[in-house]
Amino acid sequence: MTDGPLPDLGIRPATATSGYERGSTLPSHVGDPIVKVEQLEKYFGDNHVLRGVDLEVRQREAVMIIGRSGSGKTTLLRCINFLEEPTVGTVEIDGLRLEADPLRARSRRHQEQIRQMRLRAGMLFQEFNLFPHMTVLGNCTEAPLRVLRLPAAEATQRADYFLEVVGLAEKRNEYPARLSGGQKQRVAIARALCMEPKVLLFDEPTSALDPELIGEVLRVMEDLAHSGTTMIVVTHEMHFAQEAADRVVFMEEGKIIEQGPPEQILNNPSHDATTRFLRRFLER
Amino acid sequence: MSFASGGGAHAQSTMMVQQAIVGQIHEARRAAALRFRLTFAFVWILIIVGIILSLSAANAWNWEFVFESGPVIVLQGAGITILVSAVSIVGATILAVLGALGRISGNAVLFAISSFYVSLIRGTPLIVQIYIIYFALPQLGIVIPAIPAGILALSLNYGAYMTEIFRAGIQAIPRGQREAAGALGMREGHIMRRIVLPQAVRIVTPAIGNEFIAMLKDSALVSIISVHDTLFMAQRLGRSTFNPVTALLIAAIVYWILTIIFSIFQERLEKRMARGDR
Repeated sequence: MTDGPLPDLGIRPATATSGYERGSTLPSHVGDPIVKVEQLEKYFGDNHVLRGVDLEVRQREAVMIIGRSGSGKTTLLRCINFLEEPTVGTVEIDGLRLEADPLRARSRRHQEQIRQMRLRAGMLFQEFNLFPHMTVLGNCTEAPLRVLRLPAAEATQRADYFLEVVGLAEKRNEYPARLSGGQKQRVAIARALCMEPKVLLFDEPTSALDPELIGEVLRVMEDLAHSGTTMIVVTHEMHFAQEAADRVVFMEEGKIIEQGPPEQILNNPSHDATTRFLRRFLER
Repeated sequence: MSFASGGGAHAQSTMMVQQAIVGQIHEARRAAALRFRLTFAFVWILIIVGIILSLSAANAWNWEFVFESGPVIVLQGAGITILVSAVSIVGATILAVLGALGRISGNAVLFAISSFYVSLIRGTPLIVQIYIIYFALPQLGIVIPAIPAGILALSLNYGAYMTEIFRAGIQAIPRGQREAAGALGMREGHIMRRIVLPQAVRIVTPAIGNEFIAMLKDSALVSIISVHDTLFMAQRLGRSTFNPVTALLIAAIVYWILTIIFSIFQERLEKRMARGDR
């Protein structure tokens, strides 16, 4: 990691407490709400996966979603940028509101709105999903060049900057096959940052990694969180959540059961379900 | 290990004996491998010489013709065979990409058109397709010279078969690739063109090589519309000099050698792809 400032992500003004009326339980550096999820429902066939989820994420806030597998946390994340079309509900990111419209999901208009939504939300996957036929630099410049239509010099400069941020500047000309899993995920993070999204969505970013490679990815994520990147992270890394989260959200059976500061949720949860989950988790 | 370090002279000699045995096994294996190869080559040569001798004895093989007309068949005929096949594989690849895009399209019209194309071409013999393009199209006022007509027929035919290869190649690209590209704000067309197709082409390249080798042989069919390819030249020269069998055998040998040469290329290509950059 470099110590350089993150121009669009890394400012944490000391006075950014405005709009934070809920007071003491919320950290002081967060800003106004930027992501709003309202009454989200999702069915896969008859399987009711999300049962009315409401979630609000504020600028510069790092929200970690925990819960056992099948609790709907990944589906929630994928619904936020419409990789899954929600059955019912509304998602708003940075002022762009999009209502679920499963019957017209393939329509050109809806697809274009989804695309606008995705430009505001960067997504990181468990399996990294780097483009294997492009170099690291190519992975990072493809979308800035051809989606944002940045000039080549600017796209390259931006890519080099964010590769530096994730500590992989010297790998810019390598192909993904030559990288370790941890390095791949860090490139994926740089690739997402190059689009300068308003929020980063992480879907179990370390679950496919060998244990010794998890640390390097979590470190990058922690730096991003501490430098004020808005992020929503689905994770099983409780220690990481403890360190880097501003808020922890516990989900079960498609609902948010409780949420709050990490020390409260992880050490002193108020619901039995949360306690059971955490106990089982520690026993593993 | 323990007895080797502590055993002194006895252990030393035991080890030398063992090493000598290992060396002998090695030597024996190498000799066996060499014997196998020599026998292989010997059998091949024996069969080929046997065929030529027995044909010579029956007056069906004429060396004079081989030296007089052989070079013409090889230089002109094989040249046209390679040209027609090479251009056709390019045409077939383009048609196959379009066909595959249609076959995976959600658009009913595109799906119908490409399905019709694949069904019609795969359901009719190549020789019929060649005849129709060369002899029936002129009735509609479309006159195509022999070589372009042959190339068109081969392209259409192989394009239909290769459509399925490309469809499989496209569908072999993990869903995560499209999702990641979509999450970066890319549109459908962009994702297909820049993310999915380049990877699919890599996957199917060895298969295209196979198709090319098959096409080298199937291209002999265009001789029926008097494209001056290997088979046509062999038949014409063989007929005019009353050496039909020798001429056909030369043609067979030319095709055989061509496929061997391109199979070697193909094998190398496949190995390089297998090493891969994933």
